[in-house]
Amino acid sequence: MICSIIVRNKGSFRHIAAFGLLILLIANILETYGKDFFHVNTMQLLQFDRFGFLFNSIALGATLIYVLLTGKEIEKSGKYAAEYFTLIFFVLCGIFILSAYDNLLMLFLGIEIMSIPLYILTGSDKRNLKSNEAALKYFLMGAFSTGLMLMGIALMYGGTGTFQLEVQRISVGMYKGVSFLEITGLLFLMVAMAFKVSAAPFHFWTPDVYDGAPAVFTSFMATIVKAAAFVAFIKLCDVRMTATLGAIDWKLLFALIIVFTLLIGNITAVFQQSVKRMLAYSSIAQAGFMLFALFNVNDVAKEGLLLYTAAYSLATIGIFAILVKMKDYTFEGYNGLAKTQPVLAATNTVFLLSLAGIPLTAGFFAKYYMLAAVVKTGSYIWLVVVGVLFAAVSVYYYFRVIQAMYFRNGNAATETITFSFKTGLIILAAIIILIGILPQVLLNWFYF
Amino acid sequence: MPIQYYIALASALFCIGVVGVLTRRNAIIIFMCIELMLNAVNLLLVAFSKMPFNIAETGASNASAGADAQLFVFFIMVVAAAEVSVGLAIIVMMYRNVHSVDINFLNRLKN
Repeated sequence: MICSIIVRNKGSFRHIAAFGLLILLIANILETYGKDFFHVNTMQLLQFDRFGFLFNSIALGATLIYVLLTGKEIEKSGKYAAEYFTLIFFVLCGIFILSAYDNLLMLFLGIEIMSIPLYILTGSDKRNLKSNEAALKYFLMGAFSTGLMLMGIALMYGGTGTFQLEVQRISVGMYKGVSFLEITGLLFLMVAMAFKVSAAPFHFWTPDVYDGAPAVFTSFMATIVKAAAFVAFIKLCDVRMTATLGAIDWKLLFALIIVFTLLIGNITAVFQQSVKRMLAYSSIAQAGFMLFALFNVNDVAKEGLLLYTAAYSLATIGIFAILVKMKDYTFEGYNGLAKTQPVLAATNTVFLLSLAGIPLTAGFFAKYYMLAAVVKTGSYIWLVVVGVLFAAVSVYYYFRVIQAMYFRNGNAATETITFSFKTGLIILAAIIILIGILPQVLLNWFYF
Repeated sequence: MPIQYYIALASALFCIGVVGVLTRRNAIIIFMCIELMLNAVNLLLVAFSKMPFNIAETGASNASAGADAQLFVFFIMVVAAAEVSVGLAIIVMMYRNVHSVDINFLNRLKN
């Protein structure tokens, strides 16, 4: 199916990469509407459904925009430009597995195929000590969480005797229904996934890694990869955790994680001096909002997660695209950007407003769907209140950037901005506003 | 031998690995501890694949009953090898720059 590994041995530049992504995107959309290109018997390891296809489309679209906007920086960030694009394709391959897995083996392989290229991308700036440090930290944390995940999978296998996501629970012998081993395994697995999506209290690697990695790759890591981990997580919740709800109170557990994540992400983001680091913390905060979808998996939550993925990825890619053009990553570096580069400042404002969840941008409806999913459960209304409060806190640090751009005097130094880059940003901002006004454009695919 | 022995052994190995990761300061040793965790999982999977309750549970008493777990072990080995290659490369890269593999050096990003 769509999990096509694109092998590029040499001389692949961003145009080829963008072209390949475009082809994949078109193929994926056609496949969503029932065109079967070639059929592979996946032995019930993978299962392709509409949700997965739609997510793949969003991931591919976002990556396409990402490559178009920041392709030049990717080439500049090291000597081996072709390899970076290839690694991005490997990551995408892992993402496609994650959006379609039906077996814990595939979950494991998908996560690993996604993570291992990322370790390399993080450390791609070989001379820079910060990049090295981020890579090592990311690698050790990632490998550790892989170990936890594998332990979880092994225990779940011991408890149920199968790796399939869907378990036929037969009460034979002493192992009736849900066993102790399975619950322990699920807890391990949950911790490992919380590592991957950087939910508190397993978030501590995120700011360092996002700060140390070259900004272009941080942009990719913080958006598409994180969303893919969420898709894997929601699938796990959907099947396994709902089935074991009688044995352990997942809802309370998730409620605690959500509150903790929102608290840490938002409060620490307020105190940051560097915009890049602020974005790292804000991505933790946004992960807190995405966790609302896992709290109670229903159709609203799934739709909301897709919308959130689109809104958050597009906005963050835009912000990072502007960030890598800046000479100075601190808030002061943005002073007076509106005077020197009005287009950049205006589009950046749209992206930041979208992240903050102001109406008329995509972020508003994304947050709305997330909260609606919780309201639908009928209980835990206090969680919605907490969510709204922290959304209000987040407005503060997003507006600091806007304030620096428009109301402070200064000379924001940027690298040379080409006309096509500006056009790309304007199109991206237009897409975000379009989704904000008509979210159904995107979500109609879901109902079809 | 009952399955509990295997579970106990695997959890002991796994815990040694976790404690090692959390307390040691040398990147290579942390790395070895992670490998220890993976191998504990391998052991556990193989044990589960052959244990009688598992076969009774799935209702399949043929010889291939636990084959998927054994397959999984191979996948873990392959992925661990891939991780080793990337991880050691990163550690070497680090060593070239700071001439140490002590992770206490990793605090430049803190502020």
